[in-house]
Parts: sequence; structure tokens; C-alpha cells
Amino acid sequence: MSSVRDHVLDQYNSRVYKNRKEHVITIGDKQPDEVTANTRTIPGIITQRGCCYAGCKGVVLGPIKDALIIVHGPIGCSYYAWGTRRHKAESDVKDGEEAKSYLEYCFSTDMQESDIVFGGEKKLKKAITEAVDIFNPPAIFICSTCPVGLIGDDIHAVARWAEEEYGIKCIGFSCEGYKGVSQSAGHHIANNQLIRYIIGTGDKKPKKKFSVNILGEYNIGGDGWEVERLLRRCGIDVVSVFTGGSSVRDIKNAHHADLNLVQCHRSINYVADMMYEKYGIDWIKVNFIGSESCKKSLAEIGEYFGDEELKTRIQEVITDEMLNNADEMQYLKSKLKGKTAALYVGGSRSHHYQTLLKDFGISTVLAGYEFAHRDDYEGREVLPDIKPDADSKNIESITVEPDKKYYRVYLTDEQKAALAEKGVKLNYYEGMFKEMDEGSIICDDLNHFETEEFISILKPDVFFSGIKDKFIAQKSGTLSRQLHSYDYSGPYAGFQGAVNFGKDILMGLSTPAWGLVRAPWKKVPSLSATLGGEE
Amino acid sequence: MRQVAIYGKGGIGKSTTTQNLTAGLAEMGKKIMIVGCDPKADSTRLVLGGLAQKTVLDTLREEGEDIDLDFIMKEGYGGIKGVESGGPEPGVGCAGRGIITSINLLEQLGAYTDDLDYVFYDVLGDVVCGGFAMPIREGKAQEIYIVCSGEMMALYAANNIAKGIMKYASTGGVRLGGLICNSRKVDGEAELVSAVAKELGTQMIHFVPRDNAVQRAEINKKTVIDYSPDVPQADEYRALAQKIDNNDLFVIPKPMKIERLEEILMEHGILD
Repeated sequence: MSSVRDHVLDQYNSRVYKNRKEHVITIGDKQPDEVTANTRTIPGIITQRGCCYAGCKGVVLGPIKDALIIVHGPIGCSYYAWGTRRHKAESDVKDGEEAKSYLEYCFSTDMQESDIVFGGEKKLKKAITEAVDIFNPPAIFICSTCPVGLIGDDIHAVARWAEEEYGIKCIGFSCEGYKGVSQSAGHHIANNQLIRYIIGTGDKKPKKKFSVNILGEYNIGGDGWEVERLLRRCGIDVVSVFTGGSSVRDIKNAHHADLNLVQCHRSINYVADMMYEKYGIDWIKVNFIGSESCKKSLAEIGEYFGDEELKTRIQEVITDEMLNNADEMQYLKSKLKGKTAALYVGGSRSHHYQTLLKDFGISTVLAGYEFAHRDDYEGREVLPDIKPDADSKNIESITVEPDKKYYRVYLTDEQKAALAEKGVKLNYYEGMFKEMDEGSIICDDLNHFETEEFISILKPDVFFSGIKDKFIAQKSGTLSRQLHSYDYSGPYAGFQGAVNFGKDILMGLSTPAWGLVRAPWKKVPSLSATLGGEE
Repeated sequence: MRQVAIYGKGGIGKSTTTQNLTAGLAEMGKKIMIVGCDPKADSTRLVLGGLAQKTVLDTLREEGEDIDLDFIMKEGYGGIKGVESGGPEPGVGCAGRGIITSINLLEQLGAYTDDLDYVFYDVLGDVVCGGFAMPIREGKAQEIYIVCSGEMMALYAANNIAKGIMKYASTGGVRLGGLICNSRKVDGEAELVSAVAKELGTQMIHFVPRDNAVQRAEINKKTVIDYSPDVPQADEYRALAQKIDNNDLFVIPKPMKIERLEEILMEHGILD
């Protein structure tokens, strides 16, 4: 398989080759496999990456339903704030406290030229005043765009002003798009402010014996709701979700939970780590995508709490859910077995969905992340080896101290050792590589050229990616499904989600419309000419 | 129409020199417009007899794009037209962007009429960012004079500005016309500034001595030629005006390494 990688990379000039050869590897070529990630994209190469603002506002903050988010900047940046990401939420009441949903609205200060010249703080204050007057939200988040960083508007001072003036929570996020090398920088910035200003400010304790937070679950297509349903069925209280369908109301109480479950490691591991340092809450890496991995994750949660009654209930729930879907899963597997897939998504999904594909007997021939770091590929054991560079040093990294009031230890060291023996690793993520077959290709920060090349050589049956690159594959005849937004489908999480996913894939494979279309220039000669002298 | 930009270290006397020099040119019958590119908006005070007109950016903010040119442009001594670009209060917004906006607006409004002989841009301090380089971009000022003195920091600044000019000279037509020494009565000042000018590949176009006549005129909100036409200092500005009008030495400057600049400083004046 190595020759596939070489064939694609050989077409680059030497400078581009030198850069890309570290990002594109074949599993098994080195022991251990190593990849370069989270570095600058080559200008002009047509990357699929987003910006820091996208990671902060779009990914981490966007789904928090009861916070009104004001994008401080020119209007264009807000285009992608307007319901383009399918993080669902609904208003609800918990312990008499209502969390309204502002997700249907999009707010921007719409900066004009004179705001750039004279500064935009006045306009931002006015926007906050209007937002309070009309919507009266419990919290306002201010997200900076590039020009705000250039002209130096002090959004944090404005946030303090708003807190005093209106008695609401107001937090500034300096997530100017130019920071860092991808949206990953924005995740970190959002994580920092969540731990600084929200987590730990609530006093509502969980009502049940076992409680968790779900970290890195953004409720795309209702995934988060499905996971919450499963956990509640097992008798586990979900204190808060970061951040799908969630609220400031819930997140402020997150520090009372017994355990953190990390779904998307890339976007939320900072909060998981800092909550471990500050509140002593352990985290385990879970994966609710795929029937088998869902089963494993639930069982590990049972092991962590170590309660026999809970473990039994979890097993009952697993058995019941799997029995319910067994026929459908079997049918789908019979149809999908032996197919191949290529995945290019975010910083976690390319890993998560491989386990779901395995449920159906689909193998992965290529996988890549847009904005992941080396630990997402190789496992957290490489963290000490990752050298900070100028770009990563630019992103603030905060350290927290154990909280005097709330720090507590749930498991003793002996209990932790016993857990480790059972294979439950605390505060650890093994990365994507270890579960991948030898010979499959890894492509970090995949670009347009490589997408086309790899698809034409590897000929996967399905290409999983996002809206930006989906149509290259789709219109050239390869089924393509979006794993960012699920193409208006979902949920794909949990046992029932696995069935939904399998059905969508089968439906797509059974209607290969684009593959049947022949381009006009392939049917008729594209050149016509007459001989000299003829009319 | 000759478009001229005046740069130099903050507080070195750019505005004073520009206005006194343009008064000299006006006396010669030249038609002139001064565009102040400083948020403080004090570049036309002496020719207009006080801070008279509204700035371009203030007007833009209050009135919108629909502005009458007369509103922001005033005529003063010798028919010199004065415009102040203005800008944000200190510490907020982006003054550089303000200059870009303001010059674009002046062009739109037709401020650059064919009958003008000279347009002078009086630019704040160093070329700190792209906005402050706006007056020397292609199609704007073709010649630049740097106001300096024999003081070390003024020469550092001059050398630094030369770097900015070099960048735009290679892409556009802008050239350095010379250094104007606005004397601070430093030892060996004329020789020092001449030496630095030579090293940069240009000339010290004039040595303007220090004279209280300038302060007296300034207190009365006038240029020296306007307030006291017969004092010797008035003739100095007339001489400067004459030299600029006749100048034909326009170069792409060769900025120095700091070490070389310090060597020159050691050679002249400072070491005694």
C-alpha cells in the first residue's frame, strides 16, 4: 500500500513534498507510526480547515442554548453562525430553572468601516444593551473576529461592564480567526473561558447516586439526546453536556459530577484535564458511535463506579437495546459487509466512525483529521514529545489549582490500579492508529488534490467528510456522506443510531445516481474542426 | 501636480515645517493643498489660523458618505487649502485605516483638482503600519522629505522611515527627495545630518536654524512668513521652498544597519 502514498506525494514539487510527506503516512511503515499534525497549512493548497473563531464560536460555544452569542465583527463571519451546524437544542426546565434556547437567532455587531477606524466598543455595548432589552438572556458570550484583534477593542472590559450594568454573566472570547493554525485553537480558547467563568459557579448537586458529564458531544442530529437517554436508562444522572443541547444553567454545576465522559477528545480535552486538576474528577474516553463501542463504553462506566447493581442494570440495558436492533443490524451487515470507506473529519470522528463501520464489516482504507494533534492519532503517551511551536505558543494555556471547596477524589489509588487491570484507563486516550489495519493510509490536513487522487486510486465505496469536500467525491460517482452534519439525518450515536447510519449508507449505495451520469464531454467529441479550404 | 509626503519622528516639527514651507511656496504663487494625516488634526492650524474645520473622518461618521467637499476643506493663507483626515481618540480603533478611508474619500470627492501645483501629506510619526504608508502608495505622493535633527533618535527614525520608503519605492514610483534638518542646536548638526543623508543616498536639502520667531508666529496661529515676513527665519523657509521647488534629486534610499548609523554618530558631533 505504501506505493499509493508515494504515487500521490511524488506529484508534488520538492518543497510541498517535504512538508506533506510527514502528514501522509501508511500504517505499519514505522514502529511506532508517527505523523505530523497541528502545523500550518501550505498556502494555496486548498485545505478544508476552518479558523479559530469557527472552533470557538461554531463548535464549542455555539450549542450552548441559553447563552446569547454576539459575534463582534463584520457581518460575513456570522454567516456560519446562522443555523448551519446541526447542533439541536430545546428549551427545558430543570429544578425550576428554565433554559431558553437562543439557537434560532444569530447576533452580530455588523462592524462598518467607521467602527474599524473609531473602535467598535460602543457598538458592542449597544448590541449588548439591545440583546438584554429584547431577549433578557442569563448569559452573553462575545466572540471576536479578526479585525477586532487588529484594532484592539477590549471585549473583556466590555464584558465586565455588561456584568455590572445588567447583572448577567458576560464572557469575552478572544478567538480571532487568525490565531493558531486551524479551528483547534478556538476549542482551547473556549475551554479556558468555560473553566474560568462557568464551571464551578453553580450549587445544584446531582440527585442520583452516579452522575457524569458528557464532554465533547455536540448533539449533531440529536446524538447527545440519544446518549443521554441511554445513560439515564442505566440510572446514571447526566449533570451537563459539553456542549450539545446544553446550557450555562447545567454547565455551571458540572463540577458536582462524579465522572467525566470524553467523546470528542480534541475539542474538549482541556476542560477534562483542568477539571481533573481542579476538582479531582477523573475522565474516561468513551465512544458512543457504533454498537460494539457503545457497549464497551457503557460497561467501562459501570466498572468505574464498581457498583454491582449498576453493572447489572447496564448489562440489561445493553442486552435490551442490542436485541431490539439485532435483526436490522444483521440485515444491514449482510448488505454492507466487505465495503471500504475513507474518512476525513474533524479531530475525533474519523476514529469514532471506524468502529461503527466495523460493526457492518466495512473496512477503512484512509483516515485523516482536519485539525487534530498528534495525540489524537498516536495516543496521549506522545504528549511529552510534542514540541510547542510559535503557533501553539500563541494560544493561552492555563493552569489550575485544586479547588479548596470542591476538590475530591472519587477512587483510591488501589481502586484505580484495579480498574487499570480490567483494562479501563483513566484520563487517557489511545488515539486512532492503534485500531487501524496495517497498510491503511493516514492523511493529516487532507487537501483537494489529495482527496481526488486518493479516491481515484483507493476507490472507497463511501467517502465520509464535510460540506466543503463532499461534492468532489459525490459528483465523480463515489457515495459521500457528511459526518459533520449527517446530511440532515441522524442520530447516529447509540445502538439505534447505528441502525440509522447503516440504513443511510445502504440507501446511498443503492442509488448511485452520480455514478451513472456520464459527462457530456465523455460522450461527444469536445473538439470540432474543418479541413483547410472547406466551408 | 507634485504630491509630497512629509515624515519624521514625533515632535520633530513636521507640521510646523510643512506649513511654513508651504507658505513660502504660496508666496511664489503656487496652488497648494495640505492633507493632515494625524488623528490630532493639527497639521493645518497655522495656515488656517486655528483648528477651524471638521475632520474628514468625523464628518464621515456624523454625516455618512454624502459629504460636501467645502465642509471639510478650508482655504487659508495664500490660498492654501487645508484638510484634516482626523481619526479615533487615542487608544481605540485604527488610525491607520482612518487615513486610508479618508484619502479614498478625498479622491472620491474630487479634492485633487488639476489647478493644484502641490499636495502635501503631513503624516504622523513613523510609518508604523500600512495605513500610515497610504500617502506613499502608488498614485499618491511621489516624493518624500524626512524632517529630522542632529539628535540620535530623530536620525534613527529617519533611517527607519527610509526602510518604509524603500519598500514602496520598489513597487511604486515614490522617491526620497531629501532630509530637512530642523535644528535643535546640537553640536555639528549640519555635518551630521549631511553625512547621514549622504549615506542614505540623498541630500540635506536645507538646514532650518532654530529661531524663536517660529514660536511667536505659532502662538498667533500663523506661519512665520504670514506673521513676520521680514525676519531672517522667514527667508529660511523661503529658501527651503525654493530648494524643494527646484529639487531634482529623487532617490530610492539605502537605509543603514544600526551599527553604521551609530558609527556616523560617533564620527560627528557627539565625540569631542
